[in-house]
Amino acid sequence: MPSAIELHAINKRFGEVHANKDVNLTVERGTIHGIVGENGAGKSTLMSILYGFYEADSGEIRVNGKSVSIRSPNDAIFAGIGMVHQHFMLVEPLTVVENVMLGAEGGTMLRGGEAKVRAELARLAHDYGLEIDPDAIVGELSVGLQQRVEILKALYRGADILILDEPTAVLTPAEADALFKLLRALRAQGKTVVLITHKLREIMAVTDRVSVMRRGEMVATVETKDTSPPELAELMVGRHVLLHVEKSEREPGAPLLEVDNLSVIDNRGVLRVANVSLTVRAGEIVGIAGVAGNGQSELLETLAGMRQPVLGTIKFEGREIGFAEHNPHGMRKLGLLHVPEDRLRMGLVSAFPAFESAALGFTDDPRLGPGPLLDHDRMIADLSSKMEAYDVRPRAPRLKSSKFSGGNQQKIVLAREIERNPKVLLVGQPTRGVDIGAIEFIHRRLIALRDAGVGILLVSVELDEIMNLSDRILTMCGGQITGERKASETDEQDLGLLMAGVTEQAA
Amino acid sequence: MSAPIDLPKWVDTALVPAVSVVAAFLVAGLVVVGIGENPLTATRLLIQGSLGTGEGLGFTLFYTTNFIFTGLAVAVAYHAGLFNIGAEGQATLAGLGAALVLLNLGFLPGFLLIPLGILGAAAFGALWAAIPGYLQAKRGSHIVITTIMFNWLASVLIVYLLVNVLREPTNMNPETPAFPVQSQIPFMHDVFAAFGIEIAPSQLNLTFVLALAAAYGIWLLIYRSRLGYAIRTIGFNPLAAVYAGISPARVTVIAMILSGALAGGLAVNELMGYQHRLLLEFTSGYGFVGIAVALMGRAHPLGIILASLLFGILYQGGAELAFEQPAITRDMVVVIGGIIILFAGALEGLFRRVVARMLTPALKQVRA
Repeated sequence: MPSAIELHAINKRFGEVHANKDVNLTVERGTIHGIVGENGAGKSTLMSILYGFYEADSGEIRVNGKSVSIRSPNDAIFAGIGMVHQHFMLVEPLTVVENVMLGAEGGTMLRGGEAKVRAELARLAHDYGLEIDPDAIVGELSVGLQQRVEILKALYRGADILILDEPTAVLTPAEADALFKLLRALRAQGKTVVLITHKLREIMAVTDRVSVMRRGEMVATVETKDTSPPELAELMVGRHVLLHVEKSEREPGAPLLEVDNLSVIDNRGVLRVANVSLTVRAGEIVGIAGVAGNGQSELLETLAGMRQPVLGTIKFEGREIGFAEHNPHGMRKLGLLHVPEDRLRMGLVSAFPAFESAALGFTDDPRLGPGPLLDHDRMIADLSSKMEAYDVRPRAPRLKSSKFSGGNQQKIVLAREIERNPKVLLVGQPTRGVDIGAIEFIHRRLIALRDAGVGILLVSVELDEIMNLSDRILTMCGGQITGERKASETDEQDLGLLMAGVTEQAA
Repeated sequence: MSAPIDLPKWVDTALVPAVSVVAAFLVAGLVVVGIGENPLTATRLLIQGSLGTGEGLGFTLFYTTNFIFTGLAVAVAYHAGLFNIGAEGQATLAGLGAALVLLNLGFLPGFLLIPLGILGAAAFGALWAAIPGYLQAKRGSHIVITTIMFNWLASVLIVYLLVNVLREPTNMNPETPAFPVQSQIPFMHDVFAAFGIEIAPSQLNLTFVLALAAAYGIWLLIYRSRLGYAIRTIGFNPLAAVYAGISPARVTVIAMILSGALAGGLAVNELMGYQHRLLLEFTSGYGFVGIAVALMGRAHPLGIILASLLFGILYQGGAELAFEQPAITRDMVVVIGGIIILFAGALEGLFRRVVARMLTPALKQVRA
């Protein structure tokens, strides 16, 4: 039986970057095949070539043994390849049926297509356990179900080979488990799944074989049962990496940030943070675990002074923060600094050169220039030394912020905040879209900061990260704190339940 | 899905606009051919009329001055993410501000009166822009809509004032009395004459120097100052601005105030430098063309100066052309200007892609 996908000597260059160097990949039919690699290792490029977003400069693609030319997603779909993107390509106000039908309406009038979609959805639900209400509005579905719609779209178009790009980034542990169950069901029906992820745990849990990419090259393909997370990490980075950064036990100091009964309403009038109370003491990392969108963002933004609470008090070093002080400037002045969750939307101005982004929030600093002016030479010198200390690559302060990789952008933001000697540091998703090598660096920095007596409030959707770094863990669901655990006295299942909103009393 | 095209800076700032302008002239040439005239002759007349004589050059630079001010006005707002369509109305009000100062403080000597007149123009222009700015910042009223409405308000207001309030009873024209003599900004030919250099007389006056200084000042402000940093942050990424503690509302209003004040430069050049009275419709569309100037100049002061010069040439040379070749009417010249705006502003992305496609192999080779 021919392999589902065979890639031979795929090459792709973007200007100076050799994104794919002579990449070979064989994916056997009816298997779940993982592809891992750091950001920029070339996995997305490879999959984009397979799905027709890019054309390879050279190389051959064979699907089911036949050489094919894939110049557009339509060609890919025709060849039986479907893709589920990390960011869903759904039309939120439309129903499930309408979304599945989109682009495959089959005629001017919708009625025929719709009936066909309904029949097909029923069949898929039966075959794979892909239950879904065909008339639900997609925007009202949970993220896990929206992903299911994406998968249904691909299957409806006759995909035999399904590519999933970081599918669990937005899912709860329980939803991720459900997805894996579904992937196994697809495999049992003879479908082939290609899973791109950076979570080694998932690779171990669900794949049959795994291919590792590094700097544009395919460095290894191994049977999953014959490998281990440390071995994969080493293959990815090219050197030994610590997946768990060691940290010593430490007795926390005085309370620095005390939040009492805080409630926040967002711009649309929805209650996003409900009666949250928490304390961050000197020299401890308090982790907030939760599925994205459960009020963590609004909590961070409120503490940073970007939003006003409707209720509750915030104390800093024992003193209540008044209205006049509760703004980003005021909080910064107190020593409460903020590494925002979304560096591209908030932490940087992507169109600015890096040295300008590295001054975001601190342009008042008289050291940056005389009077009303900003001295670019000084700003560049300032960033240059930080780039050295944080190993930002390339060391190019004048380069546009958007041209740096995710990890290096994050290092620029971290350097900006950490080097201002915070007393309390709010950190949102510090390693989202960051390479494994850089993750280790960032984790070390945060722990060093904690050991130096800084109080850190860490929000992350990566449970591993929360469990690795935190001294205490709070779980958030629906805007409420649903539980508190010492990091040493909990595990994933326990936190998963709390994150899903099963409160302590109920559990 | 098309990936964003990354081109070297010189391609973006020089080559693409140049290609656009050349393409515009080629199409305009076809139009000239279409009405049975020789496009080469037309081009020669256009260049000759705008740059070939001292007088022509003077008029060209006079128009250039107007475009620099309105172009800068649009650009400053643009950096803050605001589309100020109201330079026309702001300049109208600025004319009123200048007139009120000059007509009421005529007892002051020129070295005081001229700066005060300029300030009056800037202040009224700023005020007329600040109101839409405030409405945008605090009430979310879209600035494009409000500035357009304010253009109409300005033109109606000025008609009322000139007809009913500011006009001398004996004058049948809707215009103010002449400004005091000492308030007139010196003509360039008079300035040069004072140094014993004779140049052809024209409307060109010292406001041109003010425009160049304003362009430098705006460059410094936008790219080198804390305020400019805040303005650009708002324009590029309002959320990052909030994160940084920059108040979008405050910076929006400030950017509009600056924008309106710059639009006031048009009134300074036209009224204090040339007409020496306030009259109707002195803005004659410069405020609108300023949008094209700013877009073509990439909202960068240097680009705006170059784009202003191009439009100055077009205005002056076009007038000469219409005069010399009656088949090419003034309207035809407006058509040609329109084609340039279309190509340089609206269709710029088109040429960018074409240029990128043609250059990519070459750029690859350079890198390899």
